[in-house]
Amino acid sequence: MGKVIVVTSGKGGVGKTTSAAALGAALAQNGEKVVVVDFDVGLRNLDLVMGAERRVVYDLVNVIQGEAKLTQALIRDKRVETLYLLPASQTRDKDNLTPEGVEKVIAALKKAFDWVICDSPAGIERGATLAMRHADVAIVVTNPEVSSVRDSDRIIGLLDSKTLKAENGERMEKHLLLTRYDPTRAERGDMLKVDDVLEILSIPLLGIIPESMDVLRASNLGSPVTLADESSAPARAYFDAVRRLKGDALPVTVPGEKRGFFGKFFGRKAA
Amino acid sequence: MLTKPRPIRLKGRSFLALSLAPELPFEDWLTGLDDLAARSAGFFLRRPVVLDVDGLDIDKAELRKLVAELGQRNVRIMGIEGARPSLLGQDMPPAMTDGRPASDFEPPAEGEADEAQDAAAARATTVSASTPVQVTGSLVVTEPVRSGQSLFFPEGDVTIIGSVASGAEVVAGGSIHVYGTLRGRALAGTTGNSAARIFCRKLEAELIAIDGFYLTAEDMEPDFRGRAVQAWLESNGLKTGILG
Repeated sequence: MGKVIVVTSGKGGVGKTTSAAALGAALAQNGEKVVVVDFDVGLRNLDLVMGAERRVVYDLVNVIQGEAKLTQALIRDKRVETLYLLPASQTRDKDNLTPEGVEKVIAALKKAFDWVICDSPAGIERGATLAMRHADVAIVVTNPEVSSVRDSDRIIGLLDSKTLKAENGERMEKHLLLTRYDPTRAERGDMLKVDDVLEILSIPLLGIIPESMDVLRASNLGSPVTLADESSAPARAYFDAVRRLKGDALPVTVPGEKRGFFGKFFGRKAA
Repeated sequence: MLTKPRPIRLKGRSFLALSLAPELPFEDWLTGLDDLAARSAGFFLRRPVVLDVDGLDIDKAELRKLVAELGQRNVRIMGIEGARPSLLGQDMPPAMTDGRPASDFEPPAEGEADEAQDAAAARATTVSASTPVQVTGSLVVTEPVRSGQSLFFPEGDVTIIGSVASGAEVVAGGSIHVYGTLRGRALAGTTGNSAARIFCRKLEAELIAIDGFYLTAEDMEPDFRGRAVQAWLESNGLKTGILG
């Protein structure tokens, strides 16, 4: 039985889709079977970030409504053969996602894959609640700024009340993924500090992804950053996050704080 | 006159009622009530009074007689709690259900009646001795209260081991204790308990209120932000002070 992960945040634009794709690609490179499911019906993006937009024939709504088989809708990645995508529909609206339909699809995916990653839409409405409903693990994507942190806090409350796990009296495993972290801005005090975010949200930290042009470049190329440039700083941060997700006790380093001897001498330009 | 009639608004509202639990034989109990009323003539006036007859072995006629007796003493019963439907008739006060305990009413203290002060004092001690020990409920929460969540506990005190997030709300009939940062709203003593207090290890609250008196973040002492603070009610409003 595979593990179901929901990547969620409440707020839009914090990097849910980017993170879902990057984590999915990183997991799949170890040879495990991974499917990334786009729940953002009506505003899909995951197909673009994964470079599969030209190959979408059927989507999640087609499967739920019985118009296509699951195997017809799944798209296999051209670079990593154990990575699959289940795209969302761009033309339908969220009302086409039914709780029963989602349950069936997730159950089928769990049987066939090691990891089922659900990319949640922003907000706290139907799409978001259905994406988190069947999850075993939640990754809460947060930017180090007050509005994002408050929205994440709201989402954590929903994860603890509206999911199947919560309703069965179990505890949902939750991880914080701090994205778009800018060391120079953090140093100037323009952003919330990592400790402040952790204190407010009080869930374990899965990783800190530095703000980087590499992420934008990879997205525009239609490639998860963990495939486009494996040695880039954000890619390494995602690989580390995946190791922690699998249970490795890898300490988290805050970008910019571990400046060495030369860094101190040559200032910020060296970074 | 073709304007559409406005729909009738149905609002919920809760009132704090005084609950009287009579004991058999009623003659003795009524004598005790007379004593109480003698010390403070207006004690039962303008207060909603509910009669709690739970566990009493009486019939309809006896209950009707008791309500009439109380009526003669200017104690008007607005409802009857814990009565079998067969005990109540059309001409009786309606049945009340789902009552929740609140803080006890202070019995009229000694000295309120001018004559027979000594006797009144003696009676006051007997009254307080016969009142059962008041047990208020308490709620302990060991998780952070998240944004958008509302914790509602009118029965008593709320203790939170963790933080109250911005956009979260804690409403308690008693005091509120936050062993963490209070960033959201805390409303204590909401059932009319002016002795309730709010304690927090770190004050970053959006709003604090006790028994309806409130302070918004802007009204709070700026120096108290981020510090361990308690809030209480005085005659001239809500006060805050550094703890420890």
